[in-house]
Amino acid sequence: MSKEKTGLTGAGILLKALQQEGVDVLFGYPGGVLLPMYDALLDSPIRHVLTRHEQGAVFAADGYARVSGKVGVCLATSGPGATNVVTGVANAYLDSIPLVVMTGQVSTSSLGTDSFQEVDIIGITLPITKHSYLVKDPRELPRIIKEAFYIARTGRPGPVLIDLPRDVLAQVNVEPFPSDMKLKGYKVFGRGNNGKIEEVVKALSESRKPVLYAGGGVVTAGAEGVVRQLTEIANLPVVTTLMGIGSLPFGHPNLLGMVGMHGTVTANYAVDDCDLLIAVGVRFDDRVTSGLGHRFATKAKVIHIDIDPVEISKVVKTHIQIVGDARLVLEEMLDVLPGFTVPLVADWWKQLRVWKNDHSLSYDLDRLTPQMVIEGVGKFADENTIITTDVGQHQMWVAQCYPTVNPRNYATSCGLGAMGYGLPAAVGAQIARPDALVILITGDGSLQMTMQELATMAQNKLPIKIILLNNGVLGMVRQLQKTFCEGRYNQIQLDGNPNFVKIAEAYGILGIQVDSVEQVQSALAAAIKHPGPVLVDFTISPDEAVLPFVPPGNEITDMIVR
Amino acid sequence: MLHTLAVLVENHPGVLIRVAGLFARRGYNIDSLTVCMTEDPDVSRMTIVVNGDEQVIEQVRNQLSKLVIVHTVTDLTAQSVVDRELALVRVEVSAETRSVVLQTVDVFRGRVVDMGRSNITIELTGDIAKIDAFVHAIRPYGLLELVRTGKIAILRSEV
Repeated sequence: MSKEKTGLTGAGILLKALQQEGVDVLFGYPGGVLLPMYDALLDSPIRHVLTRHEQGAVFAADGYARVSGKVGVCLATSGPGATNVVTGVANAYLDSIPLVVMTGQVSTSSLGTDSFQEVDIIGITLPITKHSYLVKDPRELPRIIKEAFYIARTGRPGPVLIDLPRDVLAQVNVEPFPSDMKLKGYKVFGRGNNGKIEEVVKALSESRKPVLYAGGGVVTAGAEGVVRQLTEIANLPVVTTLMGIGSLPFGHPNLLGMVGMHGTVTANYAVDDCDLLIAVGVRFDDRVTSGLGHRFATKAKVIHIDIDPVEISKVVKTHIQIVGDARLVLEEMLDVLPGFTVPLVADWWKQLRVWKNDHSLSYDLDRLTPQMVIEGVGKFADENTIITTDVGQHQMWVAQCYPTVNPRNYATSCGLGAMGYGLPAAVGAQIARPDALVILITGDGSLQMTMQELATMAQNKLPIKIILLNNGVLGMVRQLQKTFCEGRYNQIQLDGNPNFVKIAEAYGILGIQVDSVEQVQSALAAAIKHPGPVLVDFTISPDEAVLPFVPPGNEITDMIVR
Repeated sequence: MLHTLAVLVENHPGVLIRVAGLFARRGYNIDSLTVCMTEDPDVSRMTIVVNGDEQVIEQVRNQLSKLVIVHTVTDLTAQSVVDRELALVRVEVSAETRSVVLQTVDVFRGRVVDMGRSNITIELTGDIAKIDAFVHAIRPYGLLELVRTGKIAILRSEV
């Protein structure tokens, strides 16, 4: 094994370059080709968090990135280590999360020979990375690391993969090349087009039924403050995507809720009926448009503001397009706003309030419902509390009922919808923000996909509170089978479920069982008060449904509401 | 409609698959693609002929521009360009057909570059329509093998 004493190794240079980028923590899992890396890590101030599966490492890096706004970094060995990060890379790609994913690779002399634990991870991840590098010369590491972080976090963020052959890491006495970036073909858009800003504000001023439709681009740009200002000045109704939750704080009078498949009736009616749709940092995903881009907001003039030119006119024909950073563009709008009259929206609000009153989300109080638990959790949350979720029914109930006030306090797998995201994301979130209360809301199906990360939680003494909504089934698929397959249920019964309280206890985590309404508040209070990690297992009915529900292919106003 | 895109890319391994993969994954139809080094050894030039309506071509251009290894994308379609393709064509010849085949080659200003006992190989350059026309003319005599480079194009300089 090469040592630093003989001069800088490739791995040593890599770690120094990571420090230059402000990296304080790596989520990872060692392996044969990474021996030089783990050796060098012993002499580096960078903290390494050992997960129990590489998918846990990449999801933890993702959770870290979402709640901190920084680039998340993870490390996996070659072959199976690399293939295990693929789901996490896809997740970050679809949700535009800045990650630098490093994978070990067999030595350059063995590349392409199907040697032990060799896979072409660059090839495998080509469609799901923003960019990738195969490092063949350790002298290039400072430049590549600098470029990778720059690409990951700028413009529309995304995952960048760096494949690191063993000999590149192990090489000794490396004299690195300068770190100057060579990115001739990489463009980042900032401010929008000024001529069009006036046009947008004029359209807003003349509108009688405007809606602002906010997505993940608002969160990435840190534009929630400007969204709020604009909303309040022009009295704009706001709908958000799942990615855009928190763009306007929960409970704000102008917030109509989430739009789309499991959106609120008011939000969907409003988008359908509006005469002006200001779409900010969104991509008209099929979970919003129901896959009917051509029948979406058809009465409206549609303004699309996005940092990625590829998203413009991809799904929905829009009328005014601005390519730029959401915060900068909205600030430009605020600047010119005083020159125009505010839109006359009193009648529009009258209509919106009628819809809101007629179709408010409600639930039974006499039995244990998931909504009751989630609202209960919300009562214990302060402005710093972080929620992570898994994927499925509970995820939608959280989106509908949990009072998210800050988008950086909320991490969920949106575009990919990857079950198993929640627990490792909570690990990453707690490590990013050790002082915050981190709560995972999950289901019994999702939790079992990455349940081994309970050990990561225990090893790192992370006081995460796990709220398990346990219905003993794969609830979302069951709901779909009930609706579309005449209740011919198949493979949704999770009869082999363990006793989750005992599982928690086996890891040294406090476990609490809740079976009745009366226990809900006291169990939540005990969980929050407990200084260490807790798992609370709430037994809920498998018949709980996520409503409203727009069946795919229906127009978004055509909802199942009960 | 066919569009001709001139795409300047970084000249190193793995670049072609990034471009080709993008076309495959997004379902864009490549009619032809040529790639080779340029006057700058760090830069390769791809000439991509792609079929699609305005909206598709706009997407193709934006998606290509988004690749980190792509420097510039220029749509040459509506511009004044010189474009060429090179074809190597092997044709069956017999005592009866030899002279008429050679006459046809002459008309199209082709060159015979190889001659076998029962076939000849012709080199031909020109725009796509010319090569199509030659292939059409020669086919009845026995078209054995056809190799085409795909189109390359360069903007005409301003007068």
